[in-house]
Amino acid sequence: MLKYLLKRFFWMIPLLVGISLISFMIMHLAPGDITSSEASFNPKASEESRQKLRELYSLDKPVIVQYSLWMKRMATLNFGTSFASHQRPVFWQTKDKDGNVTLGMIQEALPITLLINVLSLILIIAIALPLGVVSALKQNQLADRVITLFVFIGFAIPGFWLALMLMYWTGVQHNWLPISGLQSLGHEHLHWLGKTLDTLKHLALPVFISAITGLAGIALFVRNGMLEVLHQDYITTARSKGLNEHRVIYGHALRNALLPLITIFGLSIPGLIGGSVIAESIFAIPGMGKLFYDAVLMRDFPVIMGILTIGALLTLIGNLVADVAYAWADPRVRRGVMQ
Amino acid sequence: MKHALRNPLALIGFSIIAAILLLALIAPWIAPYDPNAINVKAILLAPETNHWMGTDGLGRDVLSRMLYGGRISLLVGFVAVGIATLIGIVLGAVAGFYRGWVDTVIMRTVDVMLSIPTFFLILAVIAFLTPSIWNIMIVIGLTSWMGVTRLVRAEFLSLRNREFVLAAQALGAKDARLIFTHLLPNSLTPIIVSSILGIASAVLVESGLSFLGLGVQAPQASWGNILTDGKEYIQFAWWLSLFPGLAILLTVLGYNLLGDGLRDAYNPRSNQN
Repeated sequence: MLKYLLKRFFWMIPLLVGISLISFMIMHLAPGDITSSEASFNPKASEESRQKLRELYSLDKPVIVQYSLWMKRMATLNFGTSFASHQRPVFWQTKDKDGNVTLGMIQEALPITLLINVLSLILIIAIALPLGVVSALKQNQLADRVITLFVFIGFAIPGFWLALMLMYWTGVQHNWLPISGLQSLGHEHLHWLGKTLDTLKHLALPVFISAITGLAGIALFVRNGMLEVLHQDYITTARSKGLNEHRVIYGHALRNALLPLITIFGLSIPGLIGGSVIAESIFAIPGMGKLFYDAVLMRDFPVIMGILTIGALLTLIGNLVADVAYAWADPRVRRGVMQ
Repeated sequence: MKHALRNPLALIGFSIIAAILLLALIAPWIAPYDPNAINVKAILLAPETNHWMGTDGLGRDVLSRMLYGGRISLLVGFVAVGIATLIGIVLGAVAGFYRGWVDTVIMRTVDVMLSIPTFFLILAVIAFLTPSIWNIMIVIGLTSWMGVTRLVRAEFLSLRNREFVLAAQALGAKDARLIFTHLLPNSLTPIIVSSILGIASAVLVESGLSFLGLGVQAPQASWGNILTDGKEYIQFAWWLSLFPGLAILLTVLGYNLLGDGLRDAYNPRSNQN
C-alpha cells in the first residue's frame, strides 16, 4: 500500500508540470497581455511606458523563457505577485520589513469556494441518496419516472438562470435573502452567532443553486448503481437465506452501490471549481471563480497560472484521496492495488 | 433507436429535440419580425398578440430573436461536439489500436487535460480572443474531447481481440480497413450517446459564456445573450429572462433524456426487468 501511495504521489509531479505547461502555452497563444488591458484604463500610457512594463514583467521574452522563469520561481513554491492588484502575493501572505502582513489572493478566495462546495456537497448527498434509492426500488414505475424527470430538469437548468430567478424572487420581490456578497453591513458588530447566521444567509442561494445543478449526476448514479447491485447473486443469496428486505437493501445493496460514488466525488472536483465562476460573479462572492474571472479580464498572468495550478493540484489530491478511500472501503479493490 | 423510444422519457426527449430543431431550421420563414429590427415605439412590451414573447429594451421582438438565437445556440452545440468527437475518435482509435507508447502519451495527456478545470481553461482562452461564435465552437471543442477518447479507446481495446477482428486480420486486412470497417462501426453506439450528451453540455457552456458577456456578440442573438440583456430589466420585464432560460432548459433536458434513454436501451445490464 505504501509503495502504491508513493508511486501515485510522485506521479503527480510530472502531471503538474504537464498541466502548467499546457496552461502556460494556451495563455500565451492568445494575443494581448497586461499592458493592453491596463491601457484601457489609462489611454494616455505611451508605447514606451508599456514597453517598460513588459520588460519589468519579462513579457518581452519568448514564451519558453517566461515559462522557465515561472518554473524556477515555482520550484521554491513562490507563486509570484499579481500584476494588476498592486503586487499582492498570489498565493500566500507575505510580511514586509515593518511586520505588515499582506494576505495572498488565493489564500483569501479558496476557503470561500471550498466552503460553498462542501456545503452543497452535503446537500447533494442528503437529497440525491434517497431519490436514487427510491428510484431504483421502483424501477420503471411512476415514482421512478417522476424522480428521473425531476433529476433531469435539475441537470438541465442553467445555473445562472436559476440564480437570477431566485435572486429576483427571494431577494428583490420578497426581501427574504441577501442577494450579494458574503456579509451584511454592520456584520463586524454582530455576536458570533449572528455572524454565522448572517454568512449562512448569504451562502444559502449560491449553495442551493450549486447543489441543484450537481444533484442529477449523483442521483442517477445511485439509481443505476443500485439497479446493477440488485441483480447480483449475493442479493439473491441474502434474500433466500431469509433476511428481511430492509436489511437486504440497506445492509447489502446500498453499501455496495455507494462505493463507486467515492470516485465520482474525486472526479467532480474540477467541475465544481470551474462551475464557481458564474455563481460567484452573479452573487459577487469573492471566491476562486470571481478571482479567476477578474484575472482573466485583466490578463493578470501570475494569478491565472496560480489558480490553474492550485485547481489542478486540488484535483490530483482529490483523485488520490478518492482512490485510497475506495481501496480502504472495498477489500476487492485493495487486493487489486497491492498486486 | 426503436427500442429506446419505447422508454417514455426518451420519447419526450426525442420530441423536444425534434421540435426545437424544426423551429430553428424554419426560423426565417416563421419569425414574425426581423430579429435585429429596432422599434423605439415598442420598447419592453409585455407578451401580447402582436409580440407573443414581448419586446426587449430596444423594441426588438423577443420571439423572433429566440428563433434566430436558437439556430446559433444549436449550431454551437453541434459544431463543438463535432470537433470534440472527431478528435476523440482519432486519438482513442490510435491509442486503443496501437497500444504501446502512443497509448501512454495520449492517455497521460487526457489525464492532464481532465485535471484542469475546463471552464477556467475555456474562459482563459475566450477572454483573450475576439469573442465570436467560431472561436467559441473551436474552444469548446478543443477542451471537451477527453471523454470520447477514453470511450473509443476502451471500445477498441475490448473489440481488438474479438474473433471477427482476428479473422479479418488473418485474411490480410490492413490496419485502416480493420479500424474503419470493423472496429469503428461496432463502437458507434456509445460514441453517439456521448455526443448527444455532449451537445447538452456544450449548449450550457455557450449560454454561460454569453451570459458572462464573452460569448456570441450583439446584435447577433443567442439564448445566452438574450438572457444577459434581460438581466438588466429583470425587475420590470420578466419575459426577457424567462423565455431564453426555458429554451436552454428544454434543449438540454431533451438531449439528456434522449442520450440517457439510448444508453439504457443499449446497456443490457440495466434492462433486466
